[in-house]
Amino acid sequence: MNTEVLPVEDDEIVKSNKPSPWVRLAKNTSVRVGGFLFSIILLMSLFASLLTPLDPTDINPSNRLKPPGYEGTLRDNDGNKYQVTARMGTDTLGRDIYARVVYGARISLIVGIAVALISVAVGTFIGLVAGYFRWVDAIVMRFMDGLMAIPAILLAISLVALSGASLTAVIIAISVPEIPRVVRLVRSIVLSIREEPYVEAAISVGTPTYLILWRHVLPNTISPLIVQGTFICGSAILLEAILSFLGVGIPPETPTWGNIMAEGRDFFQIYPHAIFFPGIFLSLTVLAINMLGDGLRDTLDPRMEGKF
Amino acid sequence: MLVYLIKRILAVIPVMLIVAVIVFLMLRLTPGDPAAIIAGDAATSADIDLIREKLGLERSLIEQFVLWIGNMLGGDFGESFYYKRSVTSMISDRIWPTLALATFTIVIACVVAVPLGTLAAYKQGSWLDRTVMGMSVLGFSVPVFVIGYVLIYVFAVKLDWFPVQGYQPIADGFGGFIYRLILPSSALSVIFIALIARMTRTSVLEVLNEDYIRTARAKGLSETKVMTRHALRNAAVPIVTVIGIAIAVLISGVVVTESVFVIPGLGTLTIDAIQGRDYPTVQGLIMLFSFVYVLINLVIDVIYSLLDPRIRY
Repeated sequence: MNTEVLPVEDDEIVKSNKPSPWVRLAKNTSVRVGGFLFSIILLMSLFASLLTPLDPTDINPSNRLKPPGYEGTLRDNDGNKYQVTARMGTDTLGRDIYARVVYGARISLIVGIAVALISVAVGTFIGLVAGYFRWVDAIVMRFMDGLMAIPAILLAISLVALSGASLTAVIIAISVPEIPRVVRLVRSIVLSIREEPYVEAAISVGTPTYLILWRHVLPNTISPLIVQGTFICGSAILLEAILSFLGVGIPPETPTWGNIMAEGRDFFQIYPHAIFFPGIFLSLTVLAINMLGDGLRDTLDPRMEGKF
Repeated sequence: MLVYLIKRILAVIPVMLIVAVIVFLMLRLTPGDPAAIIAGDAATSADIDLIREKLGLERSLIEQFVLWIGNMLGGDFGESFYYKRSVTSMISDRIWPTLALATFTIVIACVVAVPLGTLAAYKQGSWLDRTVMGMSVLGFSVPVFVIGYVLIYVFAVKLDWFPVQGYQPIADGFGGFIYRLILPSSALSVIFIALIARMTRTSVLEVLNEDYIRTARAKGLSETKVMTRHALRNAAVPIVTVIGIAIAVLISGVVVTESVFVIPGLGTLTIDAIQGRDYPTVQGLIMLFSFVYVLINLVIDVIYSLLDPRIRY
């Protein structure tokens, strides 16, 4: 038997004509626009303290309900007066809406990213196990079907109401309804991969199951999961805003876009700025993430191109 | 077909049973005494004992669950802690505004989105196509309450064409009923227009390359007939599917829209019940919404097989 390995010349390797995924990503308009918008929101949340000298939770009764552009005087801790401009006006407690909007980006991004990471991690684990072990599959998938039948918003609201309103509770409550969607996706990939010849080959040479899952199955789930995770991030930010807006989310003094809007509801007809400014930032953030997701899907998973 | 139908209907039972288990355990598995959680911070120990007795918490978990399921099957969802009325009667009082809003929304969405999506596919790559696709990404991203407030501000506060908020039962006049539903339904329909227009475009595009479309054109049918009779009809299955997905989105949209437009439907009832820790009402509403969701998906599966004779089970 000839076991000698022939040397391969450089020019013998057939190079693919397709550009690398990174190049295709960088050329995708959706990714460019979405990535640009998202970077702005990300920078805004990271450098919130540089963008405004004001504390988003500072209450100032003499400056209540002022329109955008209002110039007022404040006193610092030493009693010195100084001028401030409320670029986006103030709310019913005299808090600066601009400062609240800028700091609000932090909560939105924390919730979006945390929910995406948690639901993808938990969902992938359950999906791998369910897809690979038939006896777990039946039980787990029935449970997931039941979980998916409960409208996400009601499940999240009830979970927050029961566990008490806090950032952690909101993150967990929003992750729970997203998990079944990840489980289904991962499971369907596992079911198709486990029939592949290379998995059969791995089994036949005695590779332990956890290694098969780790080396052969998991890598196939990465691109779809990046896409799915991006969309989860966007919908989590929306859901957090809805929970806060309905008064069942993060405590009202915390600056979140939903809380600012909830606060502005009563005086909306006279002072619409308290709803419109956070609304614009919320919409732009979700738009940026959805565009990123669309672009990622088209480049990473060409089968899905143009599908909804 | 009949066997499939029966199998599919029976499959609803385990799903609803699991929903019931989840809803039931959610309160019981929360750390702390469920009766104390329901009673809130200001409750006395007598209040807590009363609630414990009403919930039947002294019985075993299995007993409680069986009793609860049994009552629900008989149409008894328990009594609201807050309103001191049966949950069933409250739901039947508040279901009409929600049904009206949901139906009107879906009608607006289909009437706008299906022609838009078809046109976009027909003129693929044109400015119309690009506008429709661009707007649909935007439609997914702008939350319904932001759209709602923009519509209220422009059409009710500034232009004074519509009332700002509120609802009028159909019994008090059909005109006023529809008139007050226009703004909330339009706000809620945006996301569905985005969803349905996109799906329509994709599935019509796929169909347009088929041989039978060429045949239809070759035999001299007008473009309108080709598009409606041949293209749309064959593209219908994915469109119906997306309407099914939309129902889940619709339920959450209804809760938010009712809150923005102060419509006394099931959505506002849900928020009130949750804020008032009215657990029997919350349980009943979640069961009802989940049942509707499962039921509509069942209906859609059945419609599939009717729309597309190739799908046989």
